[in-house]
Amino acid sequence: MYEQLEKNVRRSALLIAAFVLVVLAFGWLFGWLFGYGPLGLGIAVVFAVFMAWNSYRNGDKIVLRLSRAREVTHAEQPRLHNLVEGLAIAAGIPKPRVYVVEDPAPNAFATGRDPAHASIAMTTGLLEKMNRVELEGVVAHELAHVKNRDTLVMAIVATLVGVIVLLADWSLRAFWWGGGRRRGGDGGAVGILVLVGILASLLMPLFASIMRAAVSRRREFFADMSGVQLTRYPPGLISALEKLRADTTVVRTAAHATGHLWIESPLDEQKATLQSRVNRLFHTHPPMDERIRVLREL
Amino acid sequence: MLALWIVLGVVALLVIFVIATYNGLVGLRNRIDNAWSQIDVQLRRRYDLIPNLVETVKGYAAHEKQLFENVAHARSAGIAATSVTEQAQAENAITQALRQLLAVSEAYPDLKANQNFLALQEELTGTEGRIAFARQFYNDQVLIFNNKVQQFPSNVIAGMFSFAARDFFEVEEAATGPVNVQF
Repeated sequence: MYEQLEKNVRRSALLIAAFVLVVLAFGWLFGWLFGYGPLGLGIAVVFAVFMAWNSYRNGDKIVLRLSRAREVTHAEQPRLHNLVEGLAIAAGIPKPRVYVVEDPAPNAFATGRDPAHASIAMTTGLLEKMNRVELEGVVAHELAHVKNRDTLVMAIVATLVGVIVLLADWSLRAFWWGGGRRRGGDGGAVGILVLVGILASLLMPLFASIMRAAVSRRREFFADMSGVQLTRYPPGLISALEKLRADTTVVRTAAHATGHLWIESPLDEQKATLQSRVNRLFHTHPPMDERIRVLREL
Repeated sequence: MLALWIVLGVVALLVIFVIATYNGLVGLRNRIDNAWSQIDVQLRRRYDLIPNLVETVKGYAAHEKQLFENVAHARSAGIAATSVTEQAQAENAITQALRQLLAVSEAYPDLKANQNFLALQEELTGTEGRIAFARQFYNDQVLIFNNKVQQFPSNVIAGMFSFAARDFFEVEEAATGPVNVQF
């Protein structure tokens, strides 16, 4: 279990480091092509941080309202509250606020800018269909997301995506309106780089989305492992995931913006066709089979 | 001249390392102490639940006098305990007594259907869970601390400032033995 945890931490760090390097490279290319130097990258970073900051700070309220979540007291949901309290003690984090979403599809999510301001939500479908150890596994997974500060990680990744999208957008506009280096006599080499620049501007946003999905999938594996570290009982989460896999109902209120927060993706398809293999690059969650297999190997 | 700057730089880095490691060790040690007292907090929450549980069961199974006495006795021993060993013994006794009480109540279908009893059972399960998780958290923190105290290079700092490895919390044999149920 500890090896798995370390592996996840390493791979998350590598993914994000690689992403940052790519952003810097793209920023350098942009700056060089248009003669702004690092200023272009700097402005893009400021914009992107500004855009992501608000969603990071207030995203939890928005998500809870979007999902029509209702806060519940200990008296209303004693079993759920007891599980959340116990696992919060095991994780060493303050107890998050507990919400319920009226929906027959079993699912759950966690949100909040840091462990001191976190909320977790379960659908009524999940509460009905899971037994105690399965519910414990799901709560542990969600609390692991809170403990691992996955909202912050995804906000950083969103910022990186934002920088790329902004730079790509500005490059394409600049190319369109005739900007760029015009150095007489140096045409050949500049021409190639301009071409590279245009290609990069078209493809980079796509690449950024793929990177974001890759980080999201890695954090899901990490949350599975961390959750099991809390319960020390893999069969609980395995059983819950198997039930989720078998159940085909989908949460009604999920949107593309909130897809990555749920324990089971409400958006991805799991069929294995050629088209879906490309689609898989963009999935926010790893395939359920893969998650169960990794847990069984513990 | 350059050599002087390099030496100063290295010294500065070393100082930062020592300070950071020392503070890390202090922080961990405090967290362990806090985790230990948290176990205590959870154990005491159990005391509040017991009288209610006993009253509810008495309403249906008044003749199980021995069980009620066991539970009440164990509870007062726990409240009155002064040393850690006394407390541990009392807590184990309570766990055993509660298990017996709940096992016996399986024989009374009316009791099992009682809403109050079900709610209390849930609260007890929750409390047992919290106790177990508090102990687990304590052990996890001790593991992290011991790793830091024993692994290089932080063990050098730990040795310099006399940080010693801590013991894990271990459940005594009595608590893991089989439950005796007498009908």
